[in-house]
Amino acid sequence: MTTRLTVNGVDHEVDLPDDVPLLWVLRDALGLTGTKYGCGVAACGACTVQIDGEAVRSCQVALADVWGTVTTIEALGTPDALHAVQAAWVEHQVAQCGFCQSGQIMQAAAFLSQTPDPTDEDIDAAMSGNLCRCGTYPRIRAAIHTAARTLRET
Amino acid sequence: MANWGRIARRTFLIGSAAIAGGVAFGVWQYRRELPNPLEPGEGQATLNPWILIDQEGVTLIAARAEMGQGVYTTLPALIAEELDVAWEDIRVMHGPAAQAYYNGALMTHALPVNDYERTGFQDAMIEALTILPKTLGLQVTGGSTSTIDAYEKLRMAGATARETLKQAASERLGIPVANLATRDGRVIAPGGIEVPYADLGETAATMDPPRHVPLRPASEWRYLGRAMPRTDMVAKVTGTAEFGIDVRLPGMKFATVRMSPRLGGTMESFDATAALAMPGVERVIDLGTGIAVVATNTWLAFRAADAVEIAWGPAPYPETGEALLDAIRASLDEAPNSTLRDDGDVDGMEISGDDRVVEAEYTVPWLAHATMEPMNATALFTGDALEIWAGSQSPGFAEKAAAEAVGLDADAVTCHVTYLGGGFGRRGEVDYAVLAARVAAEMPGAPVQVTWSREEDMRHDFYRPAAVARMRGIIRGGFAQALDGKVAAPSVTRQSTKRLSGTAPPGPDKGHVEGMFNQPYAIPNYRVTGHLTDLAVPVGFWRSVGNSFNGFFMESFIDEMARAAGRDPLAFRLDLAEREHAPSAGVLEAVAQMSNWTGSPRRGVGRGVAMTYSFHTPVAVVVEVSDRDGDVSIDKAWVACDVGTALDPDIIRQQMEGGLVYGLSAAAMEEITFADGEVQQWNFPDYDALRIHTCPEIEVRILETQDHLGGVGEPATPPAMPALANAVYDLTGERIRDLPLSRRVRFVF
Repeated sequence: MTTRLTVNGVDHEVDLPDDVPLLWVLRDALGLTGTKYGCGVAACGACTVQIDGEAVRSCQVALADVWGTVTTIEALGTPDALHAVQAAWVEHQVAQCGFCQSGQIMQAAAFLSQTPDPTDEDIDAAMSGNLCRCGTYPRIRAAIHTAARTLRET
Repeated sequence: MANWGRIARRTFLIGSAAIAGGVAFGVWQYRRELPNPLEPGEGQATLNPWILIDQEGVTLIAARAEMGQGVYTTLPALIAEELDVAWEDIRVMHGPAAQAYYNGALMTHALPVNDYERTGFQDAMIEALTILPKTLGLQVTGGSTSTIDAYEKLRMAGATARETLKQAASERLGIPVANLATRDGRVIAPGGIEVPYADLGETAATMDPPRHVPLRPASEWRYLGRAMPRTDMVAKVTGTAEFGIDVRLPGMKFATVRMSPRLGGTMESFDATAALAMPGVERVIDLGTGIAVVATNTWLAFRAADAVEIAWGPAPYPETGEALLDAIRASLDEAPNSTLRDDGDVDGMEISGDDRVVEAEYTVPWLAHATMEPMNATALFTGDALEIWAGSQSPGFAEKAAAEAVGLDADAVTCHVTYLGGGFGRRGEVDYAVLAARVAAEMPGAPVQVTWSREEDMRHDFYRPAAVARMRGIIRGGFAQALDGKVAAPSVTRQSTKRLSGTAPPGPDKGHVEGMFNQPYAIPNYRVTGHLTDLAVPVGFWRSVGNSFNGFFMESFIDEMARAAGRDPLAFRLDLAEREHAPSAGVLEAVAQMSNWTGSPRRGVGRGVAMTYSFHTPVAVVVEVSDRDGDVSIDKAWVACDVGTALDPDIIRQQMEGGLVYGLSAAAMEEITFADGEVQQWNFPDYDALRIHTCPEIEVRILETQDHLGGVGEPATPPAMPALANAVYDLTGERIRDLPLSRRVRFVF
């Protein structure tokens, strides 16, 4: 059966069973590989996307349950037009291996839209579900503060 | 491959005639230029294996796995520094697997000497050892060697290419080379004439490059010595960087594997009926010791693999964690494999009444790499050729092993190296590439991506081995008068070399005792023996390898000795290091200053220090913890390293931060255990790591007093673990000798 889905402003008809997680719809059916598979059990945050602006773990959302329009890292900003969060990530040279960073950035962007002037504790609470094995956390924290400033000023 | 085994066997026997034999063997081949593996297309020109020029500009070949450590930035910076290319115009690619990209520095760790007290003779031996990787084309990313290997080679590649481009311009313009300069990808001639490299590449490619081009002094550097924007950063923050798992080919199938959870064990039978009944499942393939499922998407392949009923044979090793640790502990009482340090006379020391004798036994657990990107590879088999796409730290070995697995010549196999979503040593293995090749061989003409589930990845690693150390020390007059260390573990060097070459190198295993025998401490009676345990549990290179356990053993014990001597643990170490190796004393002084170390206790706060010299770099760490209602919070860490010359200070800082966090995570909470021959951890909920709210604030200082380059990817990991354990002792008064610490204390999570 086909399911209609809006991803990054584009409408798709997906011919997959209802219970396929959004993560694999994005990666294997739509070719949007910026969203990563890390654990499949919502323990690492690498698969974080936004549904109607809310950060969600796409490995836990079945295709049939997608309740709104989906935004992935590919549409948050582009290499030529970075989102403020991505620009802050570049400024602080956050990424090492980079595999978790799509999820970190999607989580941070959704968080900042709700919490424009976060404390370190706010950041800890919002970002603790996103694992990074390269240990980029101190830079993530600094980049979120920078992005928050940018977003408040624009 | 047979060659590698034979030569490795000879060359590992350092100190005998073997090294001389190695030189003789190597002379003709070592001096010979290696063929340039780049095959320029229409309108492209290549001047050497690292530089490709076309109308778009200049592409630089990094030829090392970018797994986060910044090689796609620092290696191009070495070339560009001499070639004169504008930073924003640099394009980087990995390039093919080829002999030209051998890692000459790789074998420097094979020399069983204290690196910190290198002599001219030892430098000559190390130079001679580069023959082995060159001759065999060992293109391996590991051992924190990438920049050490590249430092002169890549600057020379840039310099000779620049001079060749100037010669080409000279011929075209009729202006002597001496009157030409270069800037931002152009040759500049008097009178405002500028010729882009792109217009000169094809002519230059036909010319003989000049020999003996002098390299620019550090005082003239524009890129080196500065924090350059990483060339991979924008791609990694926009989701456009292609990791192995992101490879997409027309008509590609998605697959997964399920191998024996009793590692290396057999499969007795399987029933795929239920799996094959699932819509979208195309094949269930018998791999002998496991199965592969091919489907229309990865998630379906995972689910179908769960639905295959499999009867597994027994494990080829003792089935419980306790039995494995007992086997390791028992080898402490057997004859040592190595005694790489035996200063003074440990056994002959007479102990007087004022001496303090300190004895302790330590253990560390098995550890998984747990890279963020699970193991995966993509392969296309066409009958007479095989293409592989993989994030690999050793693509040449992957090609050879895959060729063997599918019955092709190695020449018929091409491995394309993508970005690596973490390596830490795991992606130096070739198992995941071989499995993808075997699945592809069952489906000629169809590209197939084989992705492991996180659970499969966690339970089929080449683990950092569990290890046991028995330490004995004597304190006399407040100083360490004697240290006798015995360390036992399965040998990573032997097992991994045997996997790659078919032969385990005999002789002393340096990797097994590194971090204990080669520490820059002036202890008059200082002996370290290594004891190897023969176990079939798969073990492999894990960030910092032997240093990852010996750093903990050594620096926990030094801390115990300092306490027994009634001394401040930092001052106690400084005494030992000052008399042996000034840069190591320097990093201790640096962290003392950075952390405002006073040695006086503070209520509710604990501090620990540790220093390990590894990968040619001394790193000292101070960790501060505090009591939060009975739980332990890791609040701050100060790191000082001495890398000789800091090629890119910010990438070095990243590696120090990352290496520290990797070590703290392991020390605090990571542990792989065995029951019924199977690994008991499945996923991040039972094999977690530090997260943003549990990660300390980190301050890094980079010193540059050593006269040689030091590695940076690994050396922060070993001292992080004992620094944390020592801080917990300082806080709680409890000396924890068995990792992970979470068995005995609760961290704030």
